[in-house]
Amino acid sequence: MTGDEKHEWAAASTIDVLWVLYDKVLNVTPATADDPDRDRFLLSKGHGPMAYYAVLAEKGFIDESTLDGWTTWDSPLGQHPDRMLVKGVEISSGSLGHGLPIAVGTAIGQRVGKSRGRTFVLVGDGELDEGSNHEAIAVAARLNVANLTAIVIDNQSAMYGWPGGIARRFAVEGWQTAEVDGRDHEAVFAALTAPHDRPYAVVAKIEKSY
Amino acid sequence: MRQAFVRTVNEEIDRDPRIAVVTAVISSNEFPQENERVVDVGIREQTMVGVAGGLALAGLRPVVHSYAPFLVERPYEQIKLDIGHQEVGAVFVSIGASYDDPAWGRTHQSPGDVALFDTLPGWTVHVPGHPDEVTPLLRQALKDDNRVYVRLSLHENTQAYPVGEGFTALRHGKRGVVLAVGPMLDRVMKAVDSENADVTVLYASTIRPFDSDGLLKAVRDTDHADVMVVEPYLEGTSAHLISEALQLIPHRVRCIGVKRHAELRNYGTAEDHDAAHDLDVVGLGSAVRSFFRG
Repeated sequence: MTGDEKHEWAAASTIDVLWVLYDKVLNVTPATADDPDRDRFLLSKGHGPMAYYAVLAEKGFIDESTLDGWTTWDSPLGQHPDRMLVKGVEISSGSLGHGLPIAVGTAIGQRVGKSRGRTFVLVGDGELDEGSNHEAIAVAARLNVANLTAIVIDNQSAMYGWPGGIARRFAVEGWQTAEVDGRDHEAVFAALTAPHDRPYAVVAKIEKSY
Repeated sequence: MRQAFVRTVNEEIDRDPRIAVVTAVISSNEFPQENERVVDVGIREQTMVGVAGGLALAGLRPVVHSYAPFLVERPYEQIKLDIGHQEVGAVFVSIGASYDDPAWGRTHQSPGDVALFDTLPGWTVHVPGHPDEVTPLLRQALKDDNRVYVRLSLHENTQAYPVGEGFTALRHGKRGVVLAVGPMLDRVMKAVDSENADVTVLYASTIRPFDSDGLLKAVRDTDHADVMVVEPYLEGTSAHLISEALQLIPHRVRCIGVKRHAELRNYGTAEDHDAAHDLDVVGLGSAVRSFFRG
């Protein structure tokens, strides 16, 4: 516990999707963390990374004992992850609205490099308020960045919501979309492994809390 | 300079499979759109920089280009986080400078661009003064992996000088030192000549990293530790580095550049703005006369 209920909830919102991703979907291990053919996972919603760290520890990217000292001076684990401090962390994040544009770039880079890797980026529904996301949503579709999957954790924290639903925001730009119960591991797995020939958005619905 | 930039990038993109170009419409038709490493994101400058960061993370060497305010000021947080904080490199190339075409008004002026890059660690900043300086600076930048800003301008000197890190001494004197950055050189030389000032003139087409040793040596070769710096962007941008370089000796510094005290709302020409900021030969001559007298 951190005494920061808002960010604790952010972590609790993402834990199931993160687990399914790292346990069953992503083609990346500590041994392949620098492999050009790896899948890349970008945690754009860097707030509340406790769940992320826990999953990375369980999968061997970081030593489990590291978790205890998080946010202290010598710890590589902060309230927002740093790619230069934690093996397997693809981007340093925390400021909202950066991950999706970067993910468009990494996915294009994978395509240019003939990589077999895919790019997955996780954003929050509140984070989608940031205009930079909407620039990237449009660009990804126009450039048909088909090796890109955006996962939106919808815990209904967007200030004014999204009329017509979040998936519609992506669909009108040409993305393939899916909506899924973000707590249902089998459903999340099925959604994240569904074939797609366009950029793909998976909206993982989570109960409203904080 | 812009033509030299386009020509150089288009030559190198065919040779080097690492090079990519990211634009936000401006100048996009100058690059081969059929090349999958050329990405135009539309009028979306934040995404332009974010995509560049992603390309760099995937192993490419992105060249990011737009008009200065849209390349540096609008997506400043993306530069800070998507490039710098990710510890990746990119080559940013701007046109427009401080006020190359002031008829467009304040929205298209960017005197603060170099000062903004100065808030971020690890950026090399080139301010070429001649088109022939652009190509070697760019070629080196494209080979490297670091973070580079190349500031192009419509204003240029009549002669190119060899490029590279470190200031070039073009004249030696005893009364003090004048450091002229990029396109400021010709008018600085005219001002110094008009005042018969016995000063050393240093020229810089690369202003970051700052050649502290070169400045210190030049100052020590004079009889007075008086330094005037003439920069084509915000006045005083390099003042802290001059003070740091000369911290062990008593010295005087006069910083000349685009004035900070008020937003100039006039349109007109670049020459009109030069005069308003005392960056023309008359204004510089007056500054040389008053600063180096006695």
